[in-house]
Amino acid sequence: MSIKIIKPGLLSTIQDTGRKGYQKFGIIESGAMDSFAHRAANILVGNDMDAAAIEITILGPTILFTENSLIAICGGDFTVTINGKRLPQWCPVFVSEGSVLKFSGAKSQIRSYLAIAGGFDLPKEMGSYSTYLRAGIGGYMGRELRVGDVLNVGKTKYSLGSFPTDKSFIVISKYISNRVKPMYAANQVIRVIKGAQFDLFTQESKKLFFSKPYSVLPDSDRMGYRLEGATLALEQKQEMISAAVAFGTIQIPANGQPIILMADHQTTGGYPKIAQVISVDLPLLAQLNLGATIQFQEVTLQEAQSLYIKREQDLQQLQYIVKKELKNFIGGI
Amino acid sequence: MIEYVPAFTNVTIYYDCFQAAKLTQDYNVLSPYEVLKSMVEKILLQINVKEDQVQEIVEIPVCYGGEYGPDLEIVAKHNQLTADEVIKIHSDELYLIYMIGFAPGFPYLGGLSDKIATPRRQSPRLKIPAGTVGIAGNQTGVYPIETPGGWQLIGRTPLKLFNPESSTPTLLKAGNYIRFIPISPNEYEQLLEVED
Repeated sequence: MSIKIIKPGLLSTIQDTGRKGYQKFGIIESGAMDSFAHRAANILVGNDMDAAAIEITILGPTILFTENSLIAICGGDFTVTINGKRLPQWCPVFVSEGSVLKFSGAKSQIRSYLAIAGGFDLPKEMGSYSTYLRAGIGGYMGRELRVGDVLNVGKTKYSLGSFPTDKSFIVISKYISNRVKPMYAANQVIRVIKGAQFDLFTQESKKLFFSKPYSVLPDSDRMGYRLEGATLALEQKQEMISAAVAFGTIQIPANGQPIILMADHQTTGGYPKIAQVISVDLPLLAQLNLGATIQFQEVTLQEAQSLYIKREQDLQQLQYIVKKELKNFIGGI
Repeated sequence: MIEYVPAFTNVTIYYDCFQAAKLTQDYNVLSPYEVLKSMVEKILLQINVKEDQVQEIVEIPVCYGGEYGPDLEIVAKHNQLTADEVIKIHSDELYLIYMIGFAPGFPYLGGLSDKIATPRRQSPRLKIPAGTVGIAGNQTGVYPIETPGGWQLIGRTPLKLFNPESSTPTLLKAGNYIRFIPISPNEYEQLLEVED
């Protein structure tokens, strides 16, 4: 089983939940920018949460399904069609052999994930399917998807052989309630905990950081979001000693304008860290378009961790329900 | 624990908060963070620091100057030395790897002699070939993959510093020492063939 890329879109790459355990070698984690949408898409087609999926950015691809497939699309507000008919997202969909799936441009949430039952049959590199573009490793031949690429699909647990011939796709009922889904919006309040060097900033900077809005600059990408807003300064100028950083670390370089490190961030950094975006708000951040506005809000580490645990429980519960329902549904076809 | 990253003065631990939360009762603490803190404190108490640990030295053959190190003359001029003197000073030192970061297997080294320290280039190069050895201020290092960069380039090693297929994908790790060994262009080409 396979799919064929007719048009690749702006930046479509294979991503999973990231390359773990190699940061001490200077090898970046990569992985899906919006880990919620990525994992939800996998769950909805009965895959393990960390399976490989296609991450779609701003302008989506056109894809041909050469065989009957079970897919789910989760994430940004793209319009998606199959053979010209509008396709609902955040739910599992059966797609018939020969169907063509098209993404329009995104409006205000710019990343989407296409998961397929069985996952993509690709070699893991250093324990992960994620594409690490700069080093040219992982994913599909270490690069973004291009015209004509054929991606093989792994074995699925479900038999997709028989399919009503008069339909190009069948939607299985919606599973993801709005309570579970992150509150995606064009502009965001982003919750953070104080960073290791928070107290080294001036009183005024500390106030400005939590009271003034910041906008996402055009040269933002999978590596980092550059922000523009109130200028922040240290009480005393000093050279930092480089140390490890994480997805969501907010650094303040010499020009006083924040940089938020994203999925493809370097493993270490030498700028003072004013704050750390809490894990459950990373998907909100990942979906922001260039020019979007951010307002930072402080929470405690304990709150951040409670929210994270709740999020993981929600996803596990979703997985449990979907697995049961998929079995019933497919048995009934 | 998911992974750890040692740096100059600290070690960062990445952990699964969801898993750690299951241990709060065992450790009699309130949060996953405190679980990790208790675990780490317990380990720290048991650590025996051996001052006389054997130094592991990685030898890195380098072809200095010419097309391999186009900025060797700039470094020499800046420090009022000859190119050969720069090579001698650079290859006489033993460098401690404080940290790996920036790119796969890129070592942050201590120990560069003040005599050959040279500021970064005014405008960075867009492409620096893998294996290039450079100087930036009082730091020296070697680029494991092709990257853009503003360092003064003094030579190149035929060794592969980054090999994604290997279980230890990088040649260098924090805590090791490096010594640069000068080689001729001929030796460079021969070693390159062996590496490939």
